[in-house]
Amino acid sequence: MAATPITTPRAPGAGSARIGRLIGRTLLYLAAISLAVVFSIPTYWAVTGSFKTVAEIQQIPPIWIPETWHWENYKRVWELVPFARFFANTVIITVAAGIGQVFTSALVGYGFARYRFRGSGVLFMLILCTIMFPAELTLIPTFIGFRELGWIDTFWPLIVPYWFGGGAFFIFLFRQFFMTVPGEILEAARLDGAGHFRIFWQIVAPITKPAFAAAGIISFLNHWNDFLNPLIFLNSTSKYTLALGITAFDTGTVGIVSEPRDHLLMAATVMMTLPIVIVFFFAQKYFIQGIATTGLKG
Amino acid sequence: MADAVLSTSSRPATQIQSPPKKRKGPRDGAGMLFVLPGVLGLLLFSAGPLAAAFYLSFTSYDILNAPQWIGFDNYTRAFTSDDQFWPSIRRTFLYVLMEVPIGIVLSLLLAVLLNQNLKGTRLFRTLFFLPSITPAVAAIFFWIWMFNPYFGPINYGLGEIGIWGPDWLQSTDWALPSLAIIGVWASAGGTRMVIFLAGLQGIPQDLYDAASIDGAGPWQRFINITVPLLSPTIFFVTVLSIINALKVFTAVYIGTDGGPAYATWVFGFHLFKQAFQFFQMGYASALGWIFFVVILAFTLIQFRLQSKWVHYEGAD
Repeated sequence: MAATPITTPRAPGAGSARIGRLIGRTLLYLAAISLAVVFSIPTYWAVTGSFKTVAEIQQIPPIWIPETWHWENYKRVWELVPFARFFANTVIITVAAGIGQVFTSALVGYGFARYRFRGSGVLFMLILCTIMFPAELTLIPTFIGFRELGWIDTFWPLIVPYWFGGGAFFIFLFRQFFMTVPGEILEAARLDGAGHFRIFWQIVAPITKPAFAAAGIISFLNHWNDFLNPLIFLNSTSKYTLALGITAFDTGTVGIVSEPRDHLLMAATVMMTLPIVIVFFFAQKYFIQGIATTGLKG
Repeated sequence: MADAVLSTSSRPATQIQSPPKKRKGPRDGAGMLFVLPGVLGLLLFSAGPLAAAFYLSFTSYDILNAPQWIGFDNYTRAFTSDDQFWPSIRRTFLYVLMEVPIGIVLSLLLAVLLNQNLKGTRLFRTLFFLPSITPAVAAIFFWIWMFNPYFGPINYGLGEIGIWGPDWLQSTDWALPSLAIIGVWASAGGTRMVIFLAGLQGIPQDLYDAASIDGAGPWQRFINITVPLLSPTIFFVTVLSIINALKVFTAVYIGTDGGPAYATWVFGFHLFKQAFQFFQMGYASALGWIFFVVILAFTLIQFRLQSKWVHYEGAD
């Protein structure tokens, strides 16, 4: 804008500048397209592979588009492996842990964002520090503790811990969002005599829905995708989540042992990924907003 | 809830009269009540287990029999007689050295591309982002198929340009780099890219305009404006990326099982094996504490170094 007077000396070279810009844009498009292709190939290969026969997967040169689409691969997965069970288990754990995680981390984040009390700063820092702990370190005593409770091979160890504040990341996310709520709104509500929880639940929560949406999606992803915790806490096949079930299908613990089954495994991984992609498409905006918020306003 | 509703009529009067100082009392209590679940979680699932792991690290404990106090034996064992201790640390660092710098540069590149107002930016963003939300288990299988030495697309592609591709995950030399490639694919377009993109969008356009007038080309603008202004974000992202990369586990467990010939036997995997396969909970706890100290040291070193390169607005 302020540049207008200075454009005059640049005028003689304007033509070449325009060509330079055109080349620049073309390079940018080329870079973006080739990176997008490279990033998509592994997924594309698995998705198309899930419709091929084993022979077609192993064919050289590779078949990029299946000639006939073998939908029966998907059906076979459900027949060979208790896939419905794995699916249901994953949904139960994800929902039960997710609700606890979002609700309690919102409470804690609100406490840190809106109240000052003795030691609140130190406490917040302590909670943030837990991000550095390697999961395995706390997992050992946690495993022993849950074993004492007789909770091994139940869903409880995968659900209950998330009802206690939901972890540093989520607390931080909510705190960042809640700090942006104008203080006057809360003050007005307080003068109207609303209680602390009521202010939180009926006034703050409705205007920070994006925060809840972001936390909900991230929590959903974490629990849906989790591998280490189910691996440690679940033993029997009937309790397996999708992540464990697919791994067991690969090693031959469930399903078939002798035949090559890459095409069926591909179908299984695609089915595990699909709900995530669907959720992401509906909630992309909140998801990205959530990440950006935690990342920026430290 | 009921209390709050009932007290509506009586409260305003007392509230208006009472000075701010007096109102601080009950507010404190409410704040503590809000953070209570977090405090309990911190005690039950972080501080408590940490203390327990610290105690266990001085014991021999196989879960079935009561822990036996053995002093520093677990730590001496780790540093002196465990064959895989130092090698597993070396492999973990190698993994971090490969995955983090490439991943960060790529994330920044993707974010810069998305910030150019190209047509189809939404589609590009989605395609870059999808790998990061793909379940780790699925992602690793995708790459097992990509890396297949005989009929995987990668070696086919290399063959087309006359290169005999390696055995990737089944090769002692290439298994760890292969895992790093999986790690980069799964992380480059995810959180990091989104954080960079938000950071880029926060840089005022005037700065670029002014630099253009002074004759700065795109690369000079990137180096002299984007990088310094983005350096706090780059720093934050680097710290988190290193912590995450040090914890690499699932890809190893599914993709290589620590092999071939221990080539991918990283520290997190070593610890897992000791704890949950050999049930040497005492020794594994000692390993866990060493791991924690390593991560902490790395993080602190980075905070020390940040004054050398991180540029904070208004700080100079």
